[in-house]
Amino acid sequence: MNVFEALRIAFGGLLANRLRSALTMLGILIGVSAVILLVAVGNGASVQINNQIQSLGANVIFVYPANAKGAGGVSQGFGTSQTLTMADVDALNSRQQDPDVVAAIPIAQSGGQITYSNQNYFAPTTGTSTAFPQVRDYQIAEGSFFTQDDVLAQRRVVVIGQTVVDNLFAGTDPVGQTIKINRQSFRVIGVFAAKGGTGFGSQDNVVVAPITAVWAYLSGNRGKSVSQIVASASSAGTVSQAETEITTILLQRHQISDPSQADFQIQSQQDILTQANSIATALTLVLGAIAGISLVVGGIGIMNIMLVTVTERTREIGIRKAIGARWRDVLTQFLIEAMVLSGLGGALGIALGAALAFEAPHVPAIASSGFPTPVVSVPSVLLAFGVSVGIGLFFGIYPANRAARLHPIEALRHE
Amino acid sequence: MIELQAVTKTYWMGKVEVQALRGIDLVVDEGEFVAIMGASGSGKSTLMNIIGCLDVPTSGRYLLDHTDVAKLDDDRLAAIRNRKIGFVFQSFNLIPRTTALHNVEMPLIYAGVADRRRRSIAALTAVGMADRAGHQPTELSGGQQQRAAIARALVTNPAILLADEPTGNLDTASSTEIMKLLGQLNREQGRTIVLITHEPDIAAFAGRVVELRDGLVVGDRRRAA
Repeated sequence: MNVFEALRIAFGGLLANRLRSALTMLGILIGVSAVILLVAVGNGASVQINNQIQSLGANVIFVYPANAKGAGGVSQGFGTSQTLTMADVDALNSRQQDPDVVAAIPIAQSGGQITYSNQNYFAPTTGTSTAFPQVRDYQIAEGSFFTQDDVLAQRRVVVIGQTVVDNLFAGTDPVGQTIKINRQSFRVIGVFAAKGGTGFGSQDNVVVAPITAVWAYLSGNRGKSVSQIVASASSAGTVSQAETEITTILLQRHQISDPSQADFQIQSQQDILTQANSIATALTLVLGAIAGISLVVGGIGIMNIMLVTVTERTREIGIRKAIGARWRDVLTQFLIEAMVLSGLGGALGIALGAALAFEAPHVPAIASSGFPTPVVSVPSVLLAFGVSVGIGLFFGIYPANRAARLHPIEALRHE
Repeated sequence: MIELQAVTKTYWMGKVEVQALRGIDLVVDEGEFVAIMGASGSGKSTLMNIIGCLDVPTSGRYLLDHTDVAKLDDDRLAAIRNRKIGFVFQSFNLIPRTTALHNVEMPLIYAGVADRRRRSIAALTAVGMADRAGHQPTELSGGQQQRAAIARALVTNPAILLADEPTGNLDTASSTEIMKLLGQLNREQGRTIVLITHEPDIAAFAGRVVELRDGLVVGDRRRAA
């Protein structure tokens, strides 16, 4: 029996029981659309994370203090010790031993309540040096960045990101205004151009001041610590050389001969990207697997309905066998019927899942929440369709074989 | 055409052994119209299943068109049924939700024959059903359904037409019509027909009547032509 004939019979059978066929397909439809949608969300999250990490600045390398070891060598957590100094930053900027490092900047973080007029907002305040915009790839939209003169004079001036502007200055030009950070007055001298990206770790939620001013007015008892050094390599190709150079200089300066005992740790943007991607891939897999469970449930639904169909059509199977259908003919007929059910459900599920993924960013509540824009990938569509047809095949084999092995005499006698 | 030699068939119904056929010798020649008669329990259904290659004998030989079919496996039996036997059932057994034409095409589909449409229409024309080709079984009367079933049985040009109580579900007028059609196919096209029935009126249409009782042939009468 040819496939065309089997398809014709399959569609005839499915149309004869429209409601039942539709409900059975619904199981696969929901499973496939869940797989498509959740994998798209996972991909979207991955794209979003990548964009955010890329917005950290090109070719950047982060240097953190190593985890402090307490009594008995118990680690006290990431960046808890204070081993980096301003002298380290100056040494890295000398460029004698590190030709591949373009610039290095110190970072001193200080959190604080920021107020302007009757508005208040919470944003981290970053103390740094004049090379900050170059290293971290920020553009000045308005006003200017602070100068070396401002750093030396410990001037209380800040440059703020777009998120901070939006939250504090409703319609007022921020440049020239005075804001208070932890009740200390700072004058806004510039605004960064927005870098985009929303939600966790937005690059626009920043307040940047001369590191000397942060030490003098905001750090309190933490003194003149450098919590992080950010360096930028001359190009993407020299990042690993630059990392080696920085390690050599810092080990030398800290008088450590064994690199495994280093009191600092280095991470490049690429390292972070690699880590983030592996996490995002795991997330996508978990989401896909959860959705996959519903596909299996849909497959069991198909098997159930096919068993009912075989029982109902026992007599028809008997007739077909009496007029010459072989085992293979009956098997093919019912397998194709199961695969048409699951394949159709799969195709509709792909359409629904993709439609939901494309429409989600247009729903205001979702758009404003910073939820990642789902990205429907072609492999996930092909895989979902393949898997749904495969499910028809897998769950169809048992009922189809049961039909094919019926004895013609008993099947004909069946009422 | 058909040659049964000492055919027996034994069933096990639970732990009870049932000897449905106890040694049947029967020869049906080409072009014969034979009625096999017997009361229920006489073994005539079992005999029909064996002649129709739906079942194999427990012992003995069965030659159909010079082929020994007693020892064939399921798929080979299916092929034999497809090519050499045309079934006509008491309850018509057309496939539901399928037009008469498509029902008639079905054996040709399983045989993998091309030219199905033309041969099927020819078969429907031969039984006077050409104008009903596009109707589904539910849109046909009992007599019409049985005609379509006869067309389906004839379409592969089989060695024998095996009719199992073909008039059992029909009124007297339709019964007579169907029996006349079978008689005509026998006379005009030389079809070999084996008819299973328990009604003497129906058996009277055949040229030869074989009587079964308790799994044995107890009578074999030929009517003078």
